[in-house]
Amino acid sequence: MAALRDIKRKITAVQKTKQITRAMNMVAASKLRTSQTRMENFRPYAVKFMDVLKSLALRVDPNIHPLLAVREPKRIRVICMTSDRGLCGGYNSNIIRTTERLFKDRLSKGKELSLIAVGKKGRDYFRRKANIINQYVEVFRKFDMSLAQAIGEDVIPSFIAEEYDELYLIYSEFVSMPVQRPVAVRLLPIPSVGVDEDVEPDKRVDYIYEPSEELLLDQLLPMYIRVLIYRALLETSAGENAARMMAMDNATSNCDEMIQTLTLNFNKARQAAITKELMDIVGGTEALKG
Amino acid sequence: MADELMLEIVTPEKVAFSGKVEEVTIPGSEGEFGVLIGHASLLSAVKFGELNYTKENKKTYYAVNTGYAEVTSHKVTVLVETAERADAIDVERARQAKEIAAEKLAKMSKDDPDFEKIKNALDRAEIRLKIAERV
Repeated sequence: MAALRDIKRKITAVQKTKQITRAMNMVAASKLRTSQTRMENFRPYAVKFMDVLKSLALRVDPNIHPLLAVREPKRIRVICMTSDRGLCGGYNSNIIRTTERLFKDRLSKGKELSLIAVGKKGRDYFRRKANIINQYVEVFRKFDMSLAQAIGEDVIPSFIAEEYDELYLIYSEFVSMPVQRPVAVRLLPIPSVGVDEDVEPDKRVDYIYEPSEELLLDQLLPMYIRVLIYRALLETSAGENAARMMAMDNATSNCDEMIQTLTLNFNKARQAAITKELMDIVGGTEALKG
Repeated sequence: MADELMLEIVTPEKVAFSGKVEEVTIPGSEGEFGVLIGHASLLSAVKFGELNYTKENKKTYYAVNTGYAEVTSHKVTVLVETAERADAIDVERARQAKEIAAEKLAKMSKDDPDFEKIKNALDRAEIRLKIAERV
């Protein structure tokens, strides 16, 4: 009879786990909706911004700006963007693996590496393994443009002061619900912005610039960095929730499966117990008769 | 219609306003400027300040943070980091921010590296309060 009770207890435990995973799934789903809306709301801003920057890049020789200066990359800084919380499948380990690969590659070429950790999971992992310059943790619960601004103010002056030569941003691109792809993009020096080739040269609008083109560019480029960082933050937050949703969905169906097998075992054990009892009774009466 | 000006105010969080207006006043980095229909194409930096537009003879006020304004003859696009309509400004918060900034500023010497930053914060809080009164 002990086995029966054990199985029963296990079934209850799995049922409780299932309740938790299902709740987490639903919470992640609602958070995902919020962050997806934010991503969509940000898109018009990003598109308009790129238009303005491209139209400006046409007019100015962009090679004069310090943020575009290509130096021999000896010291490399990496921003690694992970989530603050776990229980979201392989989401963070994918990002960490990409970061480590980049690290290994650059270290073998004799480069000096430093890290800026955004998100707690990445910080915890690299705490002893890398030279963490700065960290932003517990930020994803609620963030806005000012976080991107703070990170921008952290990296831009030190690039101009030549404390490092190249800056990479590693985050997870939100491709679709089940797919988040870790990517590494170079933020600094800014790769050439490119020229707006879709518009016919004679159809381009001739703007009056206020203040001068150079001064405008001076403000636009840091803003460009902020836009990229902000987009990465939004995608990280959406990706984290999507990954958690998937992971918890899997966990819930695994629970279902487990409950099913356990119930089957329970019924078998119960049946066996009944049969055994019957055998005892029948055996007993047979013995009395004899 | 051809004689109307399209105005769009876009922030990273949302499209704050999109519609037809008669006139816009924008706080440019080189000074405030007004835009009517048929304005010459212009690209200007925007600084923190008051933006307003006139629609059906009624003015609506916004507090905007730094960004850019792109003006063509029929369309004005304002790209700013934040835009708050006058009636959405949190007066209590602005007042607190003003007090804190003023307090800090009183204790600081002019050479302090943070002096400019606090001074800006104070200016911003004051502008927001001023705009909030215009509802």
